[in-house]
Amino acid sequence: MYLYPKWIRLWHLLNALFCLMLIITGLCLQYSGKGRPLIPFDKAVALHNTGGIALSLSYFIFFLGNIFSPNKKHYRLKYKGLWKDMYTQFNYYMFGVFKGQKHPFPVTEENKFNPLQKVSYVLIMYIALPLIIITGWGLLLPDITISRVFGVSGLILTDIIHIISGFIISIFMIIHIYLCTLGSTPGSLFKGMISGYHVGED
Amino acid sequence: MPENKHYFFLIFLVPVLFLSGYLPAVSQEDQNSNDQETEWVSEFYEENEQCFKCHGEAKYSLYDEFSEREVHKLMCESRVINRDKYYISNHKSFSCLDCHDGGYQDFPHPVELRTEEHYACLDCHGYDENYAQYHFEEIEEEYVQSIHAELEEEGFNCWKCHNPHTYHISIRNTTNLHETIAYDNNICLDCHSNFNRFQLLTERDEINIIERHDWLPNQALHFGNVRCIECHTQVNDSILVAHLLLPIEQAVQRCVECHSRDSRLLTTLYKFEAKKQRTRAGFWNGAVLKESYVIGANRNLYLNIISITIFFLTIAGILAHLFFRMKAKSNQTNS
Ligand code: HEC
Ligand code: HEC
Ligand code: HEC
Ligand code: HEC
Ligand code: HEC
Ligand code: HEC
Ligand code: HEC
Ligand code: HEM
Repeated sequence: MYLYPKWIRLWHLLNALFCLMLIITGLCLQYSGKGRPLIPFDKAVALHNTGGIALSLSYFIFFLGNIFSPNKKHYRLKYKGLWKDMYTQFNYYMFGVFKGQKHPFPVTEENKFNPLQKVSYVLIMYIALPLIIITGWGLLLPDITISRVFGVSGLILTDIIHIISGFIISIFMIIHIYLCTLGSTPGSLFKGMISGYHVGED
Repeated sequence: MPENKHYFFLIFLVPVLFLSGYLPAVSQEDQNSNDQETEWVSEFYEENEQCFKCHGEAKYSLYDEFSEREVHKLMCESRVINRDKYYISNHKSFSCLDCHDGGYQDFPHPVELRTEEHYACLDCHGYDENYAQYHFEEIEEEYVQSIHAELEEEGFNCWKCHNPHTYHISIRNTTNLHETIAYDNNICLDCHSNFNRFQLLTERDEINIIERHDWLPNQALHFGNVRCIECHTQVNDSILVAHLLLPIEQAVQRCVECHSRDSRLLTTLYKFEAKKQRTRAGFWNGAVLKESYVIGANRNLYLNIISITIFFLTIAGILAHLFFRMKAKSNQTNS
């Protein structure tokens, strides 16, 4: 089943790389010390800034792609029965997998995500990433932040929102990568994200 | 479906409301700093007016008895003294003539007064218990070793930074840290961005401050949030404002001096607050959080605990899941 067209794969690769780079340099900034650092502070600042700009551009690809391509349908939340569906999926992750049960929401071309995937992708892609990108630009161009939008102390708030969203995205990424080993074989979803073809159960 | 979409977009409103609701409250805090000005009137007010009538304005008037008319002249800018600033300065209760020779009451001022000797700070404040908290003697010791002290022969002294007519303590009882930072930096910029004053003391060419700090990113932000002396003086624990200005090779250039948990800002700019508010080793919030967010230095204890807990719970959850998966798999292959 061909699920991931080229632009998604390209975007996703860039996105994952930039996110990783931003998380690592971000941690270096947050936990800087006077000892010998992984990356010196000024280098980390420069890399983090570059990564942030790059991520904004790659997010733009995603944003446009999800407006103009049919991929957008996968990001439309249906509210009816959402909680129940999410619970079913959750139950599967907590118990079903171990009993060798079938995926409750098998992947189809119409429905590429299960309910939990869908909700978490929407939250991350349409709330967490925009928040971190906007606050990131606010920090990159403090003049704008200070004089026009916020008070001087607005920077603090911007910074805190930035850090909290960064943390949420990092946790998402850990869980996301792990759950991606729950395909028909542990590596199959990753292969799918490279080749574009999803291999379903059986 | 379509109406559901609206609900979804409400989620975006949450951060927006959060931002807009919080921000006005924050900026209002900054504003009520100079509200508590009391109506204080110097007992020398009238006496000082005889000097202020010329030195208080950008122009002064002379009465020419010969032609019987007033002539107006410009007062040289460096000799204009701002009344308002004078009367909130540390030495506001002084009469001009406490520090200046009575001969100045005559105009034109006599030539021999041009070289009048001024009191030094320690002449009045040295070894005085009333001022013990300021540690004047130690400040003097530091100043003597500072690079500017080499310019004493050219006329450098404490008054050059502590303008006799406007200096007031700021960091000691600051209510608005940004104003204090600007105030303190202007002390330096008075010479370092004003070549007229600079060249009185040295033969050197002009030093372009902006260019010489090109290596510092977000320069405007930095200069608005740290003082020159943070980087240019030696840290001293016992006095509030370090006065030992170091040779240029020893100025702070490493970012982590400030952007780290044991930030030097704690022993300089935030010294006063930090002592009060340092809670646990390395964690201090209120001191800095109120005014600035210094990446690397600010760590909120609670956020930190929460995030580390969530992080390890996530990892533990994944490991447990993995464990059960492997167990299920080996059961499967066994049977
Ligand atoms: C009629 C106007 C006038 C009055 C009144 C006046 N001054 Fe001046 N003063 C001047 C002018 C003009 C100068 C600059 C020209 C000069 O140096 O003579 C000056 C210069 C000075 C200087 C700088 C001298 C130097 O060369 O360093 C001092 C100090 C000073 N005045 C103190 C006083 C004091 C104190 C009083 C009040 C007791 C006073 N003046 C009253 C007009 C006045
Ligand atoms: C606490 C002591 C003190 C008081 C009070 C004081 N002065 Fe001065 N004044 C000084 C000193 C010290 C200098 C020399 C400053 C320097 O060397 O940079 C000075 C310099 C001046 C100058 C010359 C400024 C220049 O840059 O050449 C003028 C004019 C002057 N004072 C006027 C006044 C007037 C008018 C008053 C009263 C309103 C007054 N002063 C009160 C200590 C004082
Ligand atoms: C002629 C004596 C004299 C000289 C010279 C002098 N001061 Fe003062 N200073 C005083 C007096 C008296 C007060 C108290 C004024 C008052 O309470 O109104 C004072 C107040 C102060 C205060 C505020 C103290 C407080 O607790 O409110 C500071 C700070 C200060 N001076 C610093 C200096 C510095 C720095 C210098 C030198 C650049 C200096 N003084 C020079 C006499 C002097
Ligand atoms: C290179 C500039 C410079 C010189 C020279 C200088 N100071 Fe200061 N001094 C400062 C600055 C900046 C502050 C901080 C002012 C503030 O925010 O209250 C300060 C603060 C002070 C304070 C108040 C500290 C407190 O605890 O509140 C005293 C007292 C003082 N200086 C005394 C002196 C004396 C005495 C000399 C000469 C021996 C001197 N200063 C020379 C720049 C200077
Ligand atoms: C009254 C004028 C004046 C004030 C105020 C002043 N400076 Fe200076 N400063 C000078 C002059 C003049 C030199 C040049 C010295 C020389 O000839 O090397 C200098 C030199 C320096 C240097 C370079 C030293 C070197 O080794 O090249 C530094 C750094 C410096 N000042 C920092 C400061 C700071 C920080 C402050 C404020 C706390 C300050 N200055 C306030 C006049 C001033
Ligand atoms: C973040 C730390 C930092 C701050 C803040 C800072 N400086 Fe510097 N400054 C330095 C360093 C480091 C150098 C030496 C740069 C180099 O060697 O290229 C320097 C260089 C200078 C020089 C040049 C001296 C020379 O001999 O060329 C002057 C003057 C100076 N600073 C004054 C100031 C003044 C005035 C301020 C406040 C407005 C200030 N500095 C704020 C770190 C700082
Ligand atoms: C003297 C202490 C000091 C030094 C040295 C210093 N910084 Fe800063 N830095 C600060 C402070 C204070 C802030 C302002 C935080 C605020 O209020 O937003 C800041 C802010 C920043 C910001 C902006 C963060 C934001 O919130 O937008 C960056 C980026 C930064 N510094 C990078 C650096 C780099 C790179 C270096 C080394 C070349 C450096 N800093 C050296 C104190 C310092
Ligand atoms: C924080 C960074 C990341 C974000 C925000 C993110 C987000 C996403 C999104 C939105 C999708 C669905 C794409 C679509 O078809 O529209 C997806 C799929 C996928 N991602 Fe990521 N991803 C990130 C990092 C990673 C990393 C680092 C890996 C692996 C090393 C990875 C592996 C996969 C795989 C295998 C899929 C396909 C399976 C699926 O559709 O769930 N992702 N990711």
